[in-house]
Amino acid sequence: MPAFVYDAMDFLLPFQWVSYAFMKNALLAVLLISPLFGLLGTMVVSNKMAFFSDALGHGAFTGIAIGALFGLLNPVIAASVFSVLFAILITVIKDKSREATDTIIGVFSSLAVALGLVLISMGGSFNKYSSYLIGDLLSISVAEIGVLVLVFLLVMLIWFFIANKLLLISVNPSLAASRGVKTLPLEIVFTCIVAVIVTISIQWVGLLIVNSMLVLPAAAARNVARNTRQYTFTSVLIALISGILGLIGSYYLNTATGATIVLVSGVLFFLSLAVKRVRS
Amino acid sequence: MNQTNPQEYKGFACSGFCCTKIENFGVAFGSAVILEDVNLHIHCGELTAIIGPNGAGKSTLLKAILGDIRHTGKLKYLDAKGQRSGNPLIGYVPQHLAFDRGSPVSVLDLFNAAEGRLPVFLQRNRKTKARVEESLSIVKAQHLVDRKLGALSGGELQRVLLALALDPIPDLLLLDEPVSGIDQKGLELFYKTVSDLRREYDLSIILVSHDLDLVEHYADRAILINKTVLSQGTPQEVFDGPDARELFGSVRFGREAYDETQEGGN
Repeated sequence: MPAFVYDAMDFLLPFQWVSYAFMKNALLAVLLISPLFGLLGTMVVSNKMAFFSDALGHGAFTGIAIGALFGLLNPVIAASVFSVLFAILITVIKDKSREATDTIIGVFSSLAVALGLVLISMGGSFNKYSSYLIGDLLSISVAEIGVLVLVFLLVMLIWFFIANKLLLISVNPSLAASRGVKTLPLEIVFTCIVAVIVTISIQWVGLLIVNSMLVLPAAAARNVARNTRQYTFTSVLIALISGILGLIGSYYLNTATGATIVLVSGVLFFLSLAVKRVRS
Repeated sequence: MNQTNPQEYKGFACSGFCCTKIENFGVAFGSAVILEDVNLHIHCGELTAIIGPNGAGKSTLLKAILGDIRHTGKLKYLDAKGQRSGNPLIGYVPQHLAFDRGSPVSVLDLFNAAEGRLPVFLQRNRKTKARVEESLSIVKAQHLVDRKLGALSGGELQRVLLALALDPIPDLLLLDEPVSGIDQKGLELFYKTVSDLRREYDLSIILVSHDLDLVEHYADRAILINKTVLSQGTPQEVFDGPDARELFGSVRFGREAYDETQEGGN
Protein backbone atom coordinates (compact mmCIF):
# COMPACT_ATOMS: atom_id res chain seq x y z
CA MET A 1 0.00 0.00 0.00
CA PRO A 2 1.52 3.34 -0.99
CA ALA A 3 2.36 5.28 2.15
CA PHE A 4 0.57 8.43 0.99
CA VAL A 5 -2.79 6.62 1.19
CA TYR A 6 -2.22 5.92 4.88
CA ASP A 7 -0.91 9.46 5.45
CA ALA A 8 -3.96 10.92 3.74
CA MET A 9 -6.25 8.78 5.87
CA ASP A 10 -4.46 9.89 9.05
CA PHE A 11 -4.83 13.49 7.97
CA LEU A 12 -8.47 13.30 6.86
CA LEU A 13 -9.69 11.00 9.61
CA PRO A 14 -7.94 11.93 12.86
CA PHE A 15 -9.88 9.36 14.89
CA GLN A 16 -8.60 6.68 17.17
CA TRP A 17 -10.19 3.81 15.21
CA VAL A 18 -8.37 4.78 12.01
CA SER A 19 -4.97 4.87 13.65
CA TYR A 20 -4.40 1.09 13.26
CA ALA A 21 -3.21 -0.25 9.91
CA PHE A 22 -5.74 -3.13 9.95
CA MET A 23 -8.56 -0.61 10.39
CA LYS A 24 -7.22 1.49 7.53
CA ASN A 25 -7.18 -1.61 5.33
CA ALA A 26 -10.65 -2.61 6.42
CA LEU A 27 -11.97 0.88 5.69
CA LEU A 28 -10.42 0.84 2.22
CA ALA A 29 -12.00 -2.55 1.59
CA VAL A 30 -15.40 -1.25 2.72
CA LEU A 31 -15.08 1.78 0.44
CA LEU A 32 -14.35 -0.51 -2.52
CA ILE A 33 -16.70 -3.40 -1.94
CA SER A 34 -19.86 -1.79 -0.59
CA PRO A 35 -20.55 0.38 -3.67
CA LEU A 36 -20.34 -2.81 -5.74
CA PHE A 37 -22.85 -4.52 -3.48
CA GLY A 38 -25.14 -1.48 -3.69
CA LEU A 39 -24.91 -1.36 -7.47
CA LEU A 40 -25.36 -5.08 -8.18
CA GLY A 41 -28.04 -5.30 -5.52
CA THR A 42 -30.36 -2.98 -7.47
CA MET A 43 -30.55 -5.52 -10.27
CA VAL A 44 -30.74 -8.51 -7.94
CA VAL A 45 -33.77 -6.96 -6.24
CA SER A 46 -35.43 -5.74 -9.47
CA ASN A 47 -35.09 -9.18 -11.03
CA LYS A 48 -36.36 -10.92 -7.87
CA MET A 49 -33.10 -12.81 -7.59
CA ALA A 50 -32.51 -12.58 -3.83
CA PHE A 51 -32.83 -16.32 -3.41
CA PHE A 52 -30.70 -16.91 -6.48
CA SER A 53 -27.82 -14.80 -5.17
CA ASP A 54 -28.06 -16.65 -1.87
CA ALA A 55 -27.48 -19.87 -3.82
CA LEU A 56 -24.43 -18.29 -5.49
CA GLY A 57 -22.96 -17.75 -2.03
CA HIS A 58 -23.46 -21.43 -1.24
CA GLY A 59 -21.75 -22.36 -4.51
CA ALA A 60 -18.82 -20.17 -3.54
CA PHE A 61 -18.56 -21.96 -0.20
CA THR A 62 -18.29 -25.31 -2.01
CA GLY A 63 -15.59 -23.78 -4.22
CA ILE A 64 -13.59 -22.75 -1.16
CA ALA A 65 -13.92 -26.28 0.22
CA ILE A 66 -12.68 -27.78 -3.05
CA GLY A 67 -9.78 -25.34 -3.10
CA ALA A 68 -8.91 -26.29 0.46
CA LEU A 69 -9.12 -30.00 -0.38
CA PHE A 70 -6.54 -29.62 -3.12
CA GLY A 71 -4.32 -27.84 -0.66
CA LEU A 72 -4.27 -24.57 -2.52
CA LEU A 73 -2.70 -21.71 -0.61
CA ASN A 74 -5.46 -19.34 -1.64
CA PRO A 75 -8.71 -21.25 -2.00
CA VAL A 76 -10.48 -18.07 -3.20
CA ILE A 77 -9.24 -18.48 -6.77
CA ALA A 78 -10.52 -22.06 -6.94
CA ALA A 79 -13.73 -20.85 -5.33
CA SER A 80 -14.18 -18.11 -7.94
CA VAL A 81 -13.80 -20.59 -10.78
CA PHE A 82 -16.22 -23.02 -9.18
CA SER A 83 -18.86 -20.44 -8.33
CA VAL A 84 -18.73 -18.96 -11.85
CA LEU A 85 -19.38 -22.44 -13.26
CA PHE A 86 -22.13 -22.92 -10.67
CA ALA A 87 -23.67 -19.55 -11.62
CA ILE A 88 -23.67 -20.44 -15.33
CA LEU A 89 -25.22 -23.82 -14.56
CA ILE A 90 -28.18 -22.43 -12.59
CA THR A 91 -28.72 -19.56 -15.03
CA VAL A 92 -28.95 -21.98 -17.96
CA ILE A 93 -31.25 -24.35 -16.04
CA LYS A 94 -33.40 -21.40 -15.03
CA ASP A 95 -33.66 -20.39 -18.69
CA LYS A 96 -34.48 -23.87 -19.98
CA SER A 97 -37.18 -24.76 -17.53
CA ARG A 98 -40.47 -22.93 -17.49
CA GLU A 99 -41.39 -24.25 -14.08
CA ALA A 100 -40.93 -22.82 -10.60
CA THR A 101 -37.24 -21.99 -10.50
CA ASP A 102 -37.24 -21.53 -6.72
CA THR A 103 -37.30 -25.27 -6.18
CA ILE A 104 -34.51 -25.96 -8.67
CA ILE A 105 -32.34 -23.22 -7.17
CA GLY A 106 -33.11 -24.56 -3.69
CA VAL A 107 -32.00 -28.07 -4.67
CA PHE A 108 -28.70 -26.89 -6.15
CA SER A 109 -28.07 -24.44 -3.34
CA SER A 110 -28.52 -26.95 -0.54
CA LEU A 111 -26.54 -29.60 -2.39
CA ALA A 112 -23.71 -27.12 -2.85
CA VAL A 113 -23.55 -26.13 0.80
CA ALA A 114 -23.80 -29.77 1.95
CA LEU A 115 -20.98 -30.79 -0.38
CA GLY A 116 -18.92 -27.87 0.89
CA LEU A 117 -19.45 -28.87 4.53
CA VAL A 118 -18.63 -32.53 3.82
CA LEU A 119 -15.41 -31.63 2.01
CA ILE A 120 -14.30 -29.17 4.66
CA SER A 121 -15.03 -31.53 7.56
CA MET A 122 -13.05 -34.33 5.87
CA GLY A 123 -10.04 -35.11 7.99
CA GLY A 124 -11.47 -33.11 10.89
CA SER A 125 -10.16 -29.76 9.71
CA PHE A 126 -13.53 -28.04 10.01
CA ASN A 127 -12.42 -25.44 12.55
CA LYS A 128 -9.71 -24.23 10.24
CA TYR A 129 -12.31 -23.16 7.70
CA SER A 130 -15.23 -22.22 9.91
CA SER A 131 -14.09 -18.59 9.58
CA TYR A 132 -15.70 -18.64 6.13
CA LEU A 133 -19.08 -18.89 7.80
CA ILE A 134 -18.62 -15.67 9.77
CA GLY A 135 -15.85 -13.90 7.87
CA ASP A 136 -13.19 -11.54 9.14
CA LEU A 137 -12.90 -8.15 7.50
CA LEU A 138 -10.07 -7.02 9.79
CA SER A 139 -7.80 -9.75 8.40
CA ILE A 140 -7.74 -8.23 4.92
CA SER A 141 -4.23 -7.80 3.52
CA VAL A 142 -2.74 -5.04 1.39
CA ALA A 143 -2.41 -7.40 -1.58
CA GLU A 144 -6.08 -8.27 -1.29
CA ILE A 145 -6.99 -4.59 -1.40
CA GLY A 146 -5.01 -4.38 -4.64
CA VAL A 147 -7.15 -7.21 -6.06
CA LEU A 148 -10.26 -5.37 -4.88
CA VAL A 149 -9.24 -2.23 -6.76
CA LEU A 150 -8.90 -4.27 -9.96
CA VAL A 151 -12.23 -6.02 -9.42
CA PHE A 152 -13.88 -2.67 -8.67
CA LEU A 153 -12.66 -1.10 -11.92
CA LEU A 154 -13.52 -4.18 -13.98
CA VAL A 155 -17.07 -4.44 -12.62
CA MET A 156 -17.67 -0.71 -13.16
CA LEU A 157 -16.50 -1.04 -16.76
CA ILE A 158 -18.72 -4.05 -17.50
CA TRP A 159 -21.64 -2.42 -15.70
CA PHE A 160 -21.34 0.61 -17.94
CA PHE A 161 -22.15 -1.55 -20.96
CA ILE A 162 -24.77 -3.91 -19.56
CA ALA A 163 -26.82 -1.80 -17.10
CA ASN A 164 -29.43 -0.63 -19.63
CA LYS A 165 -29.87 -4.07 -21.13
CA LEU A 166 -30.36 -5.64 -17.72
CA LEU A 167 -32.96 -2.97 -16.91
CA LEU A 168 -34.93 -3.89 -20.06
CA ILE A 169 -34.73 -7.59 -19.21
CA SER A 170 -36.06 -6.86 -15.73
CA VAL A 171 -39.06 -5.05 -17.26
CA ASN A 172 -39.87 -7.77 -19.79
CA PRO A 173 -37.48 -10.30 -21.37
CA SER A 174 -39.43 -10.48 -24.66
CA LEU A 175 -39.50 -6.69 -24.89
CA ALA A 176 -35.72 -6.71 -24.35
CA ALA A 177 -35.36 -9.33 -27.10
CA SER A 178 -37.36 -7.12 -29.47
CA ARG A 179 -34.77 -4.38 -28.88
CA GLY A 180 -31.95 -6.72 -29.86
CA VAL A 181 -30.86 -7.72 -26.35
CA LYS A 182 -29.46 -11.24 -26.10
CA THR A 183 -31.07 -12.13 -22.79
CA LEU A 184 -29.32 -15.37 -21.82
CA PRO A 185 -25.69 -14.24 -22.43
CA LEU A 186 -26.39 -11.02 -20.52
CA GLU A 187 -27.92 -12.85 -17.59
CA ILE A 188 -24.90 -15.13 -17.52
CA VAL A 189 -22.51 -12.15 -17.47
CA PHE A 190 -24.50 -10.59 -14.64
CA THR A 191 -24.68 -13.73 -12.49
CA CYS A 192 -20.96 -14.36 -13.03
CA ILE A 193 -20.14 -10.87 -11.76
CA VAL A 194 -22.34 -11.42 -8.71
CA ALA A 195 -20.76 -14.85 -8.18
CA VAL A 196 -17.22 -13.44 -8.23
CA ILE A 197 -18.03 -10.54 -5.90
CA VAL A 198 -19.83 -12.82 -3.47
CA THR A 199 -17.00 -15.37 -3.55
CA ILE A 200 -14.19 -12.97 -2.83
CA SER A 201 -16.24 -11.27 -0.11
CA ILE A 202 -17.11 -14.46 1.77
CA GLN A 203 -13.77 -14.56 3.57
CA TRP A 204 -14.41 -11.05 4.93
CA VAL A 205 -18.14 -10.98 5.61
CA GLY A 206 -19.00 -14.67 5.88
CA LEU A 207 -21.28 -17.04 4.03
CA LEU A 208 -24.15 -16.53 6.45
CA ILE A 209 -24.72 -12.85 5.70
CA VAL A 210 -23.04 -12.09 2.38
CA ASN A 211 -26.40 -12.12 0.63
CA SER A 212 -27.85 -9.51 3.01
CA MET A 213 -25.07 -7.11 1.98
CA LEU A 214 -26.31 -7.51 -1.57
CA VAL A 215 -30.05 -7.31 -0.95
CA LEU A 216 -30.61 -4.89 1.95
CA PRO A 217 -29.23 -1.60 0.52
CA ALA A 218 -31.17 -2.03 -2.74
CA ALA A 219 -34.31 -3.10 -0.89
CA ALA A 220 -34.10 0.05 1.25
CA ALA A 221 -33.38 2.32 -1.74
CA ARG A 222 -36.34 0.88 -3.58
CA ASN A 223 -38.69 2.16 -0.89
CA VAL A 224 -37.70 5.78 -1.38
CA ALA A 225 -36.58 6.08 -5.01
CA ARG A 226 -38.84 7.38 -7.77
CA ASN A 227 -36.64 6.53 -10.75
CA THR A 228 -33.62 4.46 -11.70
CA ARG A 229 -31.15 7.28 -11.11
CA GLN A 230 -32.33 7.80 -7.54
CA TYR A 231 -32.55 4.04 -7.01
CA THR A 232 -28.94 3.43 -8.04
CA PHE A 233 -27.38 6.32 -6.14
CA THR A 234 -29.46 5.76 -2.98
CA SER A 235 -28.56 2.06 -2.95
CA VAL A 236 -24.83 2.79 -3.30
CA LEU A 237 -25.07 5.48 -0.63
CA ILE A 238 -26.91 3.23 1.83
CA ALA A 239 -24.35 0.46 1.22
CA LEU A 240 -21.49 2.89 1.89
CA ILE A 241 -23.07 4.37 5.03
CA SER A 242 -23.83 0.91 6.47
CA GLY A 243 -20.33 -0.28 5.61
CA ILE A 244 -18.60 2.63 7.35
CA LEU A 245 -20.93 2.79 10.37
CA GLY A 246 -20.81 -0.99 10.71
CA LEU A 247 -17.01 -1.01 10.67
CA ILE A 248 -16.78 1.73 13.30
CA GLY A 249 -19.48 0.04 15.38
CA SER A 250 -17.73 -3.32 15.28
CA TYR A 251 -14.48 -1.69 16.41
CA TYR A 252 -16.02 -0.12 19.51
CA LEU A 253 -18.43 -2.96 20.32
CA ASN A 254 -15.87 -5.66 19.53
CA THR A 255 -18.33 -7.53 17.28
CA ALA A 256 -18.14 -9.34 13.92
CA THR A 257 -17.76 -6.62 11.28
CA GLY A 258 -19.89 -8.15 8.50
CA ALA A 259 -22.80 -8.80 10.83
CA THR A 260 -22.62 -5.28 12.27
CA ILE A 261 -22.71 -3.81 8.76
CA VAL A 262 -25.81 -5.87 7.95
CA LEU A 263 -27.50 -4.71 11.17
CA VAL A 264 -26.93 -1.06 10.22
CA SER A 265 -28.39 -1.61 6.77
CA GLY A 266 -31.29 -3.42 8.42
CA VAL A 267 -32.01 -0.31 10.51
CA LEU A 268 -31.78 1.84 7.35
CA PHE A 269 -34.21 -0.52 5.62
CA PHE A 270 -36.85 -0.01 8.29
CA LEU A 271 -36.24 3.75 8.20
CA SER A 272 -36.88 3.69 4.45
CA LEU A 273 -40.11 1.77 5.06
CA ALA A 274 -41.18 4.52 7.46
CA VAL A 275 -40.36 7.22 4.88
CA LYS A 276 -42.42 5.33 2.30
CA ARG A 277 -45.37 5.11 4.73
CA VAL A 278 -45.24 8.81 5.58
CA ARG A 279 -45.18 9.77 1.89
CA SER A 280 -48.20 7.70 0.91
CA MET B 1 -25.94 -2.90 -65.03
CA ASN B 2 -27.59 -6.07 -64.06
CA GLN B 3 -31.15 -5.14 -63.22
CA THR B 4 -32.79 -7.60 -60.92
CA ASN B 5 -36.39 -7.43 -59.99
CA PRO B 6 -36.38 -5.82 -56.52
CA GLN B 7 -39.50 -7.72 -55.50
CA GLU B 8 -37.79 -11.04 -55.87
CA TYR B 9 -35.82 -12.23 -52.91
CA LYS B 10 -34.59 -15.78 -52.77
CA GLY B 11 -37.56 -17.01 -54.68
CA PHE B 12 -40.36 -15.16 -52.98
CA ALA B 13 -42.26 -12.21 -54.33
CA CYS B 14 -44.55 -9.77 -52.63
CA SER B 15 -46.64 -8.72 -55.63
CA GLY B 16 -45.58 -5.10 -55.54
CA PHE B 17 -45.86 -4.41 -51.79
CA CYS B 18 -43.55 -4.94 -48.90
CA CYS B 19 -44.41 -8.00 -46.94
CA THR B 20 -43.44 -10.43 -44.24
CA LYS B 21 -43.68 -14.15 -44.77
CA ILE B 22 -43.76 -16.66 -41.99
CA GLU B 23 -42.98 -20.12 -43.28
CA ASN B 24 -43.50 -23.39 -41.45
CA PHE B 25 -43.20 -21.97 -37.95
CA GLY B 26 -43.25 -24.53 -35.20
CA VAL B 27 -42.63 -24.28 -31.45
CA ALA B 28 -42.30 -27.11 -28.95
CA PHE B 29 -41.41 -27.09 -25.27
CA GLY B 30 -39.94 -30.51 -24.64
CA SER B 31 -42.47 -32.96 -26.02
CA ALA B 32 -45.40 -30.51 -25.88
CA VAL B 33 -46.12 -29.07 -29.32
CA ILE B 34 -47.41 -25.50 -29.02
CA LEU B 35 -47.43 -24.53 -32.68
CA GLU B 36 -46.85 -26.39 -35.92
CA ASP B 37 -46.94 -25.64 -39.66
CA VAL B 38 -47.83 -21.97 -39.26
CA ASN B 39 -47.66 -20.16 -42.61
CA LEU B 40 -48.61 -16.50 -42.78
CA HIS B 41 -48.28 -13.74 -45.32
CA ILE B 42 -48.51 -10.24 -43.86
CA HIS B 43 -48.80 -7.14 -46.05
CA CYS B 44 -47.73 -3.61 -45.22
CA GLY B 45 -50.38 -1.19 -44.20
CA GLU B 46 -52.58 -4.01 -42.99
CA LEU B 47 -53.80 -4.77 -39.53
CA THR B 48 -53.86 -8.53 -39.13
CA ALA B 49 -55.65 -9.86 -36.07
CA ILE B 50 -54.80 -13.25 -34.60
CA ILE B 51 -57.67 -14.88 -32.78
CA GLY B 52 -58.10 -18.25 -31.17
CA PRO B 53 -59.10 -19.95 -27.92
CA ASN B 54 -57.04 -19.75 -24.74
CA GLY B 55 -53.83 -21.76 -25.01
CA ALA B 56 -53.95 -21.71 -28.82
CA GLY B 57 -50.36 -20.41 -28.96
CA LYS B 58 -51.15 -16.81 -29.94
CA SER B 59 -48.63 -15.10 -27.63
CA THR B 60 -46.11 -17.86 -28.35
CA LEU B 61 -46.37 -17.11 -32.07
CA LEU B 62 -45.50 -13.45 -31.44
CA LYS B 63 -42.51 -14.40 -29.28
CA ALA B 64 -41.32 -16.81 -31.97
CA ILE B 65 -41.59 -14.09 -34.61
CA LEU B 66 -39.47 -11.71 -32.57
CA GLY B 67 -36.95 -14.46 -31.93
CA ASP B 68 -37.35 -14.67 -28.16
CA ILE B 69 -38.10 -18.40 -28.19
CA ARG B 70 -36.63 -21.14 -30.29
CA HIS B 71 -38.70 -22.16 -33.28
CA THR B 72 -38.47 -24.00 -36.55
CA GLY B 73 -39.27 -22.37 -39.89
CA LYS B 74 -38.27 -19.08 -41.48
CA LEU B 75 -39.19 -15.43 -41.30
CA LYS B 76 -38.71 -13.47 -44.52
CA TYR B 77 -39.11 -9.79 -45.00
CA LEU B 78 -38.87 -7.48 -48.00
CA ASP B 79 -39.52 -3.76 -48.00
CA ALA B 80 -41.42 -1.94 -50.76
CA LYS B 81 -38.34 -0.67 -52.59
CA GLY B 82 -36.63 -4.03 -52.34
CA GLN B 83 -33.67 -2.40 -50.63
CA ARG B 84 -33.76 -4.13 -47.32
CA SER B 85 -34.56 -7.74 -46.84
CA GLY B 86 -33.93 -10.37 -44.28
CA ASN B 87 -34.65 -9.39 -40.71
CA PRO B 88 -37.35 -6.78 -40.25
CA LEU B 89 -37.10 -4.16 -37.52
CA ILE B 90 -39.66 -5.33 -35.01
CA GLY B 91 -41.64 -3.33 -32.49
CA TYR B 92 -43.27 -5.37 -29.74
CA VAL B 93 -45.92 -4.56 -27.16
CA PRO B 94 -45.99 -7.36 -24.58
CA GLN B 95 -49.20 -8.61 -23.00
CA HIS B 96 -48.07 -7.68 -19.53
CA LEU B 97 -44.85 -6.86 -17.73
CA ALA B 98 -43.28 -9.62 -15.67
CA PHE B 99 -42.61 -6.69 -13.49
CA ASP B 100 -42.49 -5.87 -9.86
CA ARG B 101 -44.89 -2.95 -9.47
CA GLY B 102 -42.78 -1.44 -6.71
CA SER B 103 -39.66 -1.15 -8.86
CA PRO B 104 -38.49 2.44 -9.24
CA VAL B 105 -38.44 2.51 -13.05
CA SER B 106 -40.05 5.55 -14.63
CA VAL B 107 -41.39 5.79 -18.18
CA LEU B 108 -38.42 8.00 -19.01
CA ASP B 109 -36.03 5.35 -17.61
CA LEU B 110 -37.59 2.71 -19.82
CA PHE B 111 -37.08 4.81 -22.97
CA ASN B 112 -33.56 5.79 -21.92
CA ALA B 113 -32.64 2.16 -21.29
CA ALA B 114 -33.95 1.12 -24.69
CA GLU B 115 -32.34 3.93 -26.65
CA GLY B 116 -29.54 5.59 -24.73
CA ARG B 117 -25.95 4.44 -24.76
CA LEU B 118 -25.02 5.69 -21.29
CA PRO B 119 -26.38 3.75 -18.34
CA VAL B 120 -29.74 5.21 -17.29
CA PHE B 121 -28.43 6.35 -13.91
CA LEU B 122 -25.76 8.48 -15.60
CA GLN B 123 -27.99 10.12 -18.22
CA ARG B 124 -28.92 13.75 -17.95
CA ASN B 125 -32.68 13.55 -17.98
CA ARG B 126 -33.28 17.06 -19.25
CA LYS B 127 -31.64 16.24 -22.57
CA THR B 128 -33.59 13.10 -23.35
CA LYS B 129 -36.89 14.13 -21.81
CA ALA B 130 -38.06 16.36 -24.66
CA ARG B 131 -37.38 13.63 -27.18
CA VAL B 132 -39.19 10.98 -25.14
CA GLU B 133 -42.16 13.30 -24.66
CA GLU B 134 -42.33 13.66 -28.42
CA SER B 135 -42.42 9.89 -28.83
CA LEU B 136 -45.12 9.62 -26.19
CA SER B 137 -47.20 12.31 -27.87
CA ILE B 138 -47.95 9.90 -30.75
CA VAL B 139 -50.15 7.98 -28.32
CA LYS B 140 -51.16 11.09 -26.33
CA ALA B 141 -49.21 9.96 -23.26
CA GLN B 142 -46.61 12.73 -22.90
CA HIS B 143 -47.94 13.61 -19.42
CA LEU B 144 -46.85 10.16 -18.16
CA VAL B 145 -43.12 10.68 -18.75
CA ASP B 146 -42.10 10.89 -15.07
CA ARG B 147 -44.57 8.32 -13.75
CA LYS B 148 -43.33 5.01 -12.36
CA LEU B 149 -44.27 2.04 -14.57
CA GLY B 150 -45.94 0.37 -11.61
CA ALA B 151 -48.21 3.40 -11.07
CA LEU B 152 -49.72 3.31 -14.58
CA SER B 153 -53.16 1.87 -15.29
CA GLY B 154 -53.42 -1.03 -17.74
CA GLY B 155 -54.47 1.25 -20.58
CA GLU B 156 -51.75 3.83 -19.87
CA LEU B 157 -49.08 1.15 -19.72
CA GLN B 158 -50.25 -0.28 -23.04
CA ARG B 159 -50.01 3.15 -24.69
CA VAL B 160 -46.55 3.80 -23.25
CA LEU B 161 -45.35 0.41 -24.52
CA LEU B 162 -46.87 1.17 -27.92
CA ALA B 163 -44.97 4.47 -28.05
CA LEU B 164 -41.76 2.60 -27.19
CA ALA B 165 -42.42 0.00 -29.90
CA LEU B 166 -42.85 2.85 -32.42
CA ASP B 167 -39.52 4.46 -31.57
CA PRO B 168 -37.89 3.94 -34.03
CA ILE B 169 -40.72 3.22 -36.49
CA PRO B 170 -40.55 -0.55 -37.05
CA ASP B 171 -41.21 -2.59 -40.18
CA LEU B 172 -43.36 -5.00 -38.29
CA LEU B 173 -45.39 -4.19 -35.20
CA LEU B 174 -46.41 -7.04 -32.89
CA LEU B 175 -49.11 -6.33 -30.34
CA ASP B 176 -50.16 -8.73 -27.62
CA GLU B 177 -53.41 -7.47 -26.18
CA PRO B 178 -53.85 -7.97 -22.44
CA VAL B 179 -56.70 -10.26 -21.39
CA SER B 180 -57.65 -8.01 -18.51
CA GLY B 181 -56.93 -4.70 -16.86
CA ILE B 182 -58.11 -2.39 -19.63
CA ASP B 183 -61.64 -0.99 -19.79
CA GLN B 184 -63.67 -1.07 -22.99
CA LYS B 185 -63.11 2.63 -23.67
CA GLY B 186 -59.33 2.28 -23.31
CA LEU B 187 -59.40 -0.74 -25.59
CA GLU B 188 -61.28 1.13 -28.32
CA LEU B 189 -58.88 4.06 -28.04
CA PHE B 190 -55.99 1.63 -28.46
CA TYR B 191 -57.50 0.01 -31.57
CA LYS B 192 -58.22 3.41 -33.07
CA THR B 193 -54.64 4.62 -32.43
CA VAL B 194 -53.18 1.45 -33.92
CA SER B 195 -55.51 1.66 -36.89
CA ASP B 196 -54.49 5.27 -37.60
CA LEU B 197 -50.78 4.42 -37.26
CA ARG B 198 -51.10 1.65 -39.82
CA ARG B 199 -52.20 4.16 -42.47
CA GLU B 200 -49.81 6.91 -41.44
CA TYR B 201 -46.64 4.82 -41.37
CA ASP B 202 -47.63 1.98 -43.73
CA LEU B 203 -46.92 -0.53 -40.96
CA SER B 204 -47.43 -4.26 -40.98
CA ILE B 205 -49.26 -4.99 -37.76
CA ILE B 206 -49.97 -8.32 -36.13
CA LEU B 207 -52.35 -8.04 -33.22
CA VAL B 208 -53.30 -10.84 -30.85
CA SER B 209 -56.85 -10.00 -29.93
CA HIS B 210 -59.54 -11.19 -27.55
CA ASP B 211 -62.28 -8.84 -28.70
CA LEU B 212 -64.02 -10.12 -31.83
CA ASP B 213 -66.22 -7.03 -32.20
CA LEU B 214 -63.19 -4.74 -32.35
CA VAL B 215 -61.45 -7.16 -34.73
CA GLU B 216 -64.46 -7.01 -37.04
CA HIS B 217 -64.43 -3.23 -36.92
CA TYR B 218 -60.73 -2.42 -37.23
CA ALA B 219 -58.78 -5.37 -38.63
CA ASP B 220 -58.13 -5.85 -42.36
CA ARG B 221 -57.52 -9.52 -41.99
CA ALA B 222 -58.15 -12.12 -39.33
CA ILE B 223 -56.30 -15.35 -38.72
CA LEU B 224 -57.79 -18.06 -36.58
CA ILE B 225 -55.20 -20.27 -34.93
CA ASN B 226 -55.30 -23.22 -32.61
CA LYS B 227 -51.86 -24.89 -32.71
CA THR B 228 -51.87 -24.17 -36.41
CA VAL B 229 -53.67 -21.82 -38.82
CA LEU B 230 -57.28 -22.97 -39.09
CA SER B 231 -58.57 -20.22 -41.37
CA GLN B 232 -57.67 -16.76 -42.62
CA GLY B 233 -59.27 -13.97 -44.62
CA THR B 234 -61.36 -10.91 -43.86
CA PRO B 235 -62.75 -10.93 -40.31
CA GLN B 236 -66.23 -11.72 -41.66
CA GLU B 237 -64.98 -14.65 -43.73
CA VAL B 238 -63.16 -16.12 -40.76
CA PHE B 239 -66.07 -15.64 -38.37
CA ASP B 240 -68.46 -17.31 -40.81
CA GLY B 241 -66.14 -20.24 -41.50
CA PRO B 242 -66.76 -23.69 -40.08
CA ASP B 243 -63.71 -23.59 -37.77
CA ALA B 244 -64.81 -20.43 -35.99
CA ARG B 245 -68.29 -21.87 -35.65
CA GLU B 246 -66.90 -25.01 -34.14
CA LEU B 247 -64.67 -23.15 -31.67
CA PHE B 248 -66.97 -20.31 -30.73
CA GLY B 249 -70.41 -21.73 -31.64
CA SER B 250 -72.49 -19.76 -34.15
CA VAL B 251 -71.07 -16.35 -34.92
CA ARG B 252 -73.50 -14.04 -33.18
CA PHE B 253 -73.95 -16.34 -30.22
CA GLY B 254 -70.28 -17.29 -30.32
CA ARG B 255 -69.05 -13.78 -30.02
CA GLU B 256 -71.13 -13.18 -26.93
CA ALA B 257 -69.99 -16.44 -25.40
CA TYR B 258 -66.39 -15.55 -26.25
CA ASP B 259 -66.69 -12.15 -24.61
CA GLU B 260 -68.08 -13.74 -21.49
CA THR B 261 -65.05 -15.96 -21.11
CA GLN B 262 -62.89 -12.86 -21.27
CA GLU B 263 -64.88 -11.01 -18.63
CA GLY B 264 -63.77 -13.57 -16.09
CA GLY B 265 -60.35 -11.95 -16.16
CA ASN B 266 -61.56 -8.37 -15.84
